[in-house]
Amino acid sequence: MTGRLGRDRIAWRVGRDIPDGSFVNLGIGMPELVANHLPEGREIVFQSENGILGMGPRPEPGEEDEELVNAGKKLVTLLPGGSFFHHADSFAMIRGGHIDICVLGAFQVSRTGDLANWTTGMDALPGVGGAMDLVAGSKRVFVMTTHTTRNGDPKIVEECVLPLTGKGCVSTVYSDLAVVDFGPDGPVVREKLEDLDFDELQDRTGTPLRLANDWKPLEVPILD
Amino acid sequence: MMNKVVDSLEDAVADIHDGAVVHVGGFGMAGSPIDLLHALAERGARDLTIVSNNAGVGRVGIARLLAGGQVGRIVCSFPRQDNSTVIDDLHREGRIELELVPQGTLAERIRAAGAGIGGFYTPTSVGTPLAEGKEHRVFDGREHVLELPIHADFALVKAEKADRWGNLVYRKAQRNFGPPMCMAATTAVVQVRTVVELGELDPETVVTPSIFVDRVVAVPNPLSERELIAREGE
Repeated sequence: MTGRLGRDRIAWRVGRDIPDGSFVNLGIGMPELVANHLPEGREIVFQSENGILGMGPRPEPGEEDEELVNAGKKLVTLLPGGSFFHHADSFAMIRGGHIDICVLGAFQVSRTGDLANWTTGMDALPGVGGAMDLVAGSKRVFVMTTHTTRNGDPKIVEECVLPLTGKGCVSTVYSDLAVVDFGPDGPVVREKLEDLDFDELQDRTGTPLRLANDWKPLEVPILD
Repeated sequence: MMNKVVDSLEDAVADIHDGAVVHVGGFGMAGSPIDLLHALAERGARDLTIVSNNAGVGRVGIARLLAGGQVGRIVCSFPRQDNSTVIDDLHREGRIELELVPQGTLAERIRAAGAGIGGFYTPTSVGTPLAEGKEHRVFDGREHVLELPIHADFALVKAEKADRWGNLVYRKAQRNFGPPMCMAATTAVVQVRTVVELGELDPETVVTPSIFVDRVVAVPNPLSERELIAREGE
């Protein structure tokens, strides 16, 4: 099998599924890359849980402002039309079902869409941040991840053994091998790398998958 | 005459006593009241409970209080950051009590304290270790957990401008936990870059109304986390 997607190519694929006019929260780390790979012509507003709507890219040198950081505590900018608000309002947006899509990383996703992404259970010092609120309230939860861990263990599993972030909350997993939707019938492969046999994908997954009748090849351009 | 403006950082924190519960505004460096925190470190109150999103970096802000052994308990959503070695060490050595709270639940528990709400049910954390031991109840077919307000004796908050009544205007994402914390604390202490004349703030743009603020101190050139951390690295 060739052509396993890199981080930017997964981000590109996630970006295709974010409709024009969406309000989106991107998690810290790999999901932040989605902002660099949005389709032309779509107006998508990013929410940062520390009180920003209309968050823009990192500032030019000399334009940095310590009072303007993102959820990852990195310096960012505000786009025209953006706004600021306090934390209780920010999480009213999140918990109250006003965020269309959040994109998060994962340690494990179960076949019923449970997500474990905040602690390995072995951390000296765990941190939860806004992840539990985001998965409780966002209309759709996209997970962006490698299909297996560094050791080759599946991340899509029968049941999560790691502490949960939320139950039955994941809508879709975008991995380096496939796009998998989670619904009442368990995980369904919507797209997979064309030269990856379904059996091989199944081998790298810890729970039975179903291949959608109308499945498509996962095609992502080579990005710089 | 109502005048909440005090002359110095020292005066602003002078009555923060041993054992006090202190809400600390800020999210990372944005809105972090570093000058007030360092004044509190200087004052030396001990056995504090700190309620804040983060636990500080380097030896700056909350991390300075932690390093000085002044904090017995910390309530936060994300203590771990690059360079958060003080809380890492204290926690590993079992020298601090940590309560981890989902960020939105933390904000709402603080808001509830200020708004006179005795508790609230939220779907956040259901099915996770952070919901264990909490009362569960189903509303509209969905499971929720009961969360209780977090009151404070003091809030330490950073804003951009204030007048002598204590009306506040913030700058950019500095606002974060400031407004709910000012509501929730018995004594809300705010450092601002500028104190302006009464009537100068546009009432349409006041974010925290004066009634929620007890004390204001002008810090025209506040300490910068980035500069302090850079200096620690030298």
